[in-house]
Formats: sequence, C-alpha cells, structure tokens
Amino acid sequence: MAVQKLPIAKAINESLRKALETDPKVLVMGEDVGKLGGVFRVTDGLQKDFGEDRVIDTPLAESGIVGTAIGLALRGYRPVVEIQFDGFVFPAYDQIVTQLAKMHARALGKVKMPVVIRIPYGGGIGAVEHHSESPEALFAHVAGLKVVSPSSPSDAYWMMQQAIQSDDPVIFFEPKRRYWDKGEVDTDAIPGPLHAARTVREGSDLTLAAYGPMVKVCLEAAAAAQDEGKSLEVIDLRSMSPIDFDAVQASVERTGRLVVVHEAPVFYGSGAEIAARITERCFYHLEAPVLRVGGYHAPYPPARVEEEYLPGLDRVLDAVDRSLAY
Amino acid sequence: MTVESTAARKPRSSNSSSGAGTKRATAKKAPEKKTPAKKAAAKSAAAKSAAREAAPHDAPQHDPELVQLLTPEGKRVEHPEFGIDLTPDELRGLYRDMVLTRRFDAEATSLQRQGELGLWASLLGQEAAQIGSGRALRDDDYVFPTYREHGVAWCRGVPPENLLGMFRGVNNGGWDPNSNNFHLYTIVIGSQTLHATGYAMGVAKDGADSAVIAYFGDGASSQGDVAESFTFSAVYNAPVVFFCQNNQWAISEPTEKQTRVPLYQRARGYGFPGIRVDGNDVLACLAVTKYALERARSGEGPTLVEAFTYRMGAHTTSDDPTKYRRDEEREAWEAKDPIQRLRTYLESEKIADADFFAALDEEQEALGKRVREAVRSMPDPDPMSMFENVYADGSALVDEERAQFAAYQASFADSPVAGEGK
Ligand SMILES: Cc1ncc(C[n+]2csc(CCOP(=O)(O)OP(=O)(O)O)c2C)c(N)n1
Ligand SMILES: [Mg+2]
Repeated sequence: MAVQKLPIAKAINESLRKALETDPKVLVMGEDVGKLGGVFRVTDGLQKDFGEDRVIDTPLAESGIVGTAIGLALRGYRPVVEIQFDGFVFPAYDQIVTQLAKMHARALGKVKMPVVIRIPYGGGIGAVEHHSESPEALFAHVAGLKVVSPSSPSDAYWMMQQAIQSDDPVIFFEPKRRYWDKGEVDTDAIPGPLHAARTVREGSDLTLAAYGPMVKVCLEAAAAAQDEGKSLEVIDLRSMSPIDFDAVQASVERTGRLVVVHEAPVFYGSGAEIAARITERCFYHLEAPVLRVGGYHAPYPPARVEEEYLPGLDRVLDAVDRSLAY
Repeated sequence: MTVESTAARKPRSSNSSSGAGTKRATAKKAPEKKTPAKKAAAKSAAAKSAAREAAPHDAPQHDPELVQLLTPEGKRVEHPEFGIDLTPDELRGLYRDMVLTRRFDAEATSLQRQGELGLWASLLGQEAAQIGSGRALRDDDYVFPTYREHGVAWCRGVPPENLLGMFRGVNNGGWDPNSNNFHLYTIVIGSQTLHATGYAMGVAKDGADSAVIAYFGDGASSQGDVAESFTFSAVYNAPVVFFCQNNQWAISEPTEKQTRVPLYQRARGYGFPGIRVDGNDVLACLAVTKYALERARSGEGPTLVEAFTYRMGAHTTSDDPTKYRRDEEREAWEAKDPIQRLRTYLESEKIADADFFAALDEEQEALGKRVREAVRSMPDPDPMSMFENVYADGSALVDEERAQFAAYQASFADSPVAGEGK
C-alpha cells in the first residue's frame, strides 16, 4: 500500500484524506468541494467520508472563504481552502495580503495562521478567460506568505502534507494541466524539506530552473538537447517563496548558465527575482546573462492561441541556444 | 414608495448637479403610457412588506408573493399589482424569441460536443426570464450580463454567432459593448453588478432617463461585489435593476448554500424593493421588469427582481449534474417549461395557428444552419493579435515583446507565416 501509482489530482486527494484522518482540526472548504468533489474532483469523496462539518461547500464568495478561514485558524483550526480557478482568487486577495500574511507579525508571534489556499493554476487546457493564469508572483511578493507548486504526484502528496502542517499560510499552486499525469507516490517515505529545490536531471552545460507545469517541458527540452550534444541540468524549484537559491547557485556555479522558465509573464515574474539574486551570487561564474522564458505582457490570450503564448519545448531550446551562444 | 432609506426616497434629479434632472422630473410626471406595469404600486408599501415578512422562509415554491401571469398549464391569471396587455403580434413575438433562443442554445451545445466550441453555458430553461426581461428594455437602456444571457443578447440584437467566439476560444469577449448597449460577458462572478451600478450612476449624472439592468445568479448573490452594488445603488439612488436568475443551482450548490431568506427579500435591508417573479413565465417577467425599469427611469432607484427559474441542463458542458442532483427535480421543472406554457396559451386562445408554428420551425432550421456555418468558418486568431489592445496608449514593453515574438516565429525555417513553425 505504501507505493501507489497516482495522478496528481488523486495524490492531493489522498493527502487531504490523510490530513483529515490524522488531525481533527483540519477542514476542507470551498465552492463545490463537497458533494461534487470539486470541479477537478480533487476533493472527491471527502465529504462523504468526513461529513459536511469538515468538508464544507461554502457560499460563492472567495473573500468570505479566506476571511472565515482566517477566523477558523484563530480558533485553532487548520483550514485547507480551495479557490476554484486561478483567476478567481482576487476577491480574496485583500484578505490574503492585508490580513492572512500579516497576522502573525502584528500579533507579535502570538497568533499562527496555518491556512492552506489551494489554487489550480496555469494554462494549456483550452479554457475560457480567467481559467489559465499563473499569478504566483503576486503572492510571492508578499512577506508572510509561502508559495509552493508541486510538479509530480509524489510532491503533490507530500508537499500538501507539509503545507497543512506549516504554521504559516501557504499558497499551494496546483498545475491543473498536469492533474492527470501519473507517478509513484510512497506514502511511507520520509519527505525532504517543503522549500528545498530538487535536481530532476543532471547536466553540465546549462541549468534550467522551473516549477509546476513547466518542469515537464524543461525535462523534454533537456532530452531533446541531449540529442544535439548539449547537457542540461533541470532544477524543480518546488517553492517560489522562499526560493532555494543555494541549490540554484550550486548548479550555476557548475554550469555557468541559467534559464528560468515559467508560464507567468516574465515582467516582474519570479524569474526576475532569481536572475537578480543569482547574478549577485554567481557573477564570476556566469558565462551568459540569466535568461527568462515565460508569458508576455499581455492578457492571457484566447485558448486557440494559448500554445503560442505558453513556453514550450522550442521556446526553451531557443533560450538555451541564445545562452550558449554567449 | 416601498423604500425605507432617505437616500432612496430623494428623487434622483435633486442629487444631480448638472441641472439636467428636469428631463427626469418631466418623465416622472408623465410616465410612458405604454408601460403595462403596476396597477396599484402606491398602496403596496406597507402591505407588501408585511406580506413578505410573513412569507415562509423555507417554501419558496409556494410563495404567495411569486408574481405569475401565465400558469404552467398555460392559463392566463391576474395579479393584483402587475398586469400586462399584449397584442397577438407581441405574444407571438415572445414565443418566437424563446423558441429561437432555445434553438440557438441547443446548436451551441452540439457544436461543443463536436469540438467546435471549447465550452458552452446553456440557458436551457431560462428562456422566459431572459426574453421577458430583455424585451422590457428600451434601446437606450444598458445591459450587464453574466456568461449565460444568450436570450437577452438576442433581444438586444447581438448576432448570436458573436457570442460564440469566446466559447470557441478565438477571443476574450468579442463584441463592441456600445453597439447594442450590451456589455461583454463577465465570467468573474458578481463583478458586473458594480459596473452596472456605476454606469447607472453616470446615467443619473447625465440627467438621462435610460435604465440599466444587471444580470446575476443565485450563487453570485453571495459575492461581496453584489452586496456592494446593492449598497452603492441604494445610496446613490441609481437607476439600475438587479435581475437575479435564481436557477436553483450554482454549479453543484443549491440555493440553500447561499441564503437563508428568499433572495428577493435581501433588497429590503438595503432600502429598495425586491420582487420574486415566476422566471418561467415570460409575461410576468416582462411586466415586472418593465415596472422595475420604470421605477429606475422616474428616479425611484434600484429594484431587485428575483426570477425563480431552473437550470435544466448542466452548469456548462464541462459539468456532470448527475453527481449532485436528482432527475426527479428536473422532471418536476419540465412541467413548468416556459415555452410550452406559452404555446398552450397561444393555441387555446387561437393566437397562433399551425402556419405560424410551421414557419417558425423553418426559421429555427435556418438559424441553426447559420450558426453552424458561422462557427465552423471562424478563423483562429493571428497569434500576433495577443499583443493588440493591451494599452490604449500603447506600450514600449509590449512593442518590444511583440518584435521578439515575431522574430522568434520567423526563425523557423519552414514557417512562411507566423504560428506555423511548430
Ligand atoms: C469569482 C468567481 N468564483 C468562482 C467562479 C467559478 N464559477 C463559475 S460559474 C459558478 C456558479 C455560478 O452560479 P450562479 O451565480 O447561480 O449562476 P449560474 O451559473 O447558475 O447561472 C462558479 C462558482 C467564477 N466564475 N468566479
Ligand atoms: Mg444559479
């Protein structure tokens, strides 16, 4: 039973189930998470097994969901709330930024905010507007919030466990277009730290850093590059706040080149922060400027052109070539 | 007047600094003769509130306050406050609108099944609410829809195929809101009610006698934006009608997950009237919306109309309602079908004959064909178009990224045109 092959959505489901089983203070709440089991079925069956008191279909109001989660946390609960899609988190943005992120500091550390906000994010599913966005930088910019995104079923399972155990608020970005990708999950494993990056492919010529849905794209790019004789290292950052700069630094000190890939627009994106820090830390190791591949400074486009907007294998390799040309 | 707050009681014209309020004042003295609205609006205040207070919270279906003019069996009934007198032509027109809207909707659903659309949000079952309210509007009124108001769009003269662009994934809106006074569809639940309120505040400032209507759902009624739009519209006495289609479901959540009181009663707390109308009765929807619009025009401020109806289909084509609701519920509502009841009435009163229905069938076929052809021939957008209209004033950053994107596209040797190099 310990090792199972699960899709990401099911791994999160199992993780939530485990948390509900082991900690009576854990609550799952959100729009359509109960009877329906969520529009992606991530919470499927949980209300049936844990009841309407613990797996809660909330009114349709994101500010209400997060605001009441804060109150429940003040009362000792550990709410895991779902925002149905990335583009619908903004009614709750005020609660997240002005209240959730700052409560611990304002209470001089006397109050903890163990709230997890699950957000299916990113594009590539052919959806209508507001269903394909990658707003992680808007949260990573705010002190007091932790921001993570798994790229594999195993991480999905374990990072959710750790996020729920965290006494800080965690914005948990779920790569929705990878929900059905399968992988092995060892529910008896001893997981590494929540915010540590992981090298998912070793290489010597250049480092690709990515998270969430883009890890797969980078792995494919690295495989394609190998056919051309280029050895690319791929780092799954896993966490956008904090960022494991040490891991990136160690890699870049060996490869001398870094390309950061994310779906979110590059302008003010997390790649900008990584580029700046790594340039400071590795200036004398760098053979080329840190390059970024990501979305454009434009609204997320309609589905029929999203493939042009989203970073794909070719755009990653294009950046790799430009970096190697320095 | 049925309102409690002083702000709402003050005629809007006296709030206006422009002096253009006279038009409004005149309009108030001589309301449009044609309006088939309230018969006894003046007397209603106390009686209405009292009746609503006594209304049972848990039995909305049997609410005595439900305004109905045409029963599910197709019988014309009178209501003490709301009446309507329509010509045979107008009655046939309403029927035609509903039938064609339903046909368009069915066509879109099958186009989604065929992969021509990415998604479709069906209005099946809500035709009367949308056609009744849509036909109550004047050309100069302004509509703020959700994503399901295909019937209202029809009434506004928006070409039905225009609605399909965003569901096909070729644009994020796709029409000029000002060409039909029909704003873009809004997917973020509840947002548009504030836009409608602000627009109405502008109408009032201009001294115009247009009205604004905001559509939203039972689920949306929980959003802060909607509560705020009630507050603003009441405080500024804005000429806006809040038209809530309570179709009983917000995806998988029944209305009980959103409210403990019938939704129309919420209005009272904000200081304006709320009315619950049989949302499957096109005549009642028309009469009540006209009344509410007239209140707005004559400076009496906002009205909440709750159209009690039913979402007969799935939430969208991505949804599977068998997960959360029972077939029997749907069957019960099928007996209250908005189109069938009007047909029964038209036939029993000999307002429409076999020729009329036959001609309408042909018209339906033609519409279906037109929509299919329009959708199938809708081209994918040029990828470069994503850099268009980001800013009204242009942007050096967007220009730079556009140039980079173009150069990248051109770098593919086998790519004669942008976008084919993959
Ligand atoms: C702010 C926001 N949160 C969540 C959603 C996802 N969503 C789309 S439609 C819907 C239910 C809406 O229900 P209701 O207001 O009753 O309108 P209906 O779909 O029944 O017409 C939800 C939760 C959204 N579009 N916007
Ligand atoms: Mg609804």
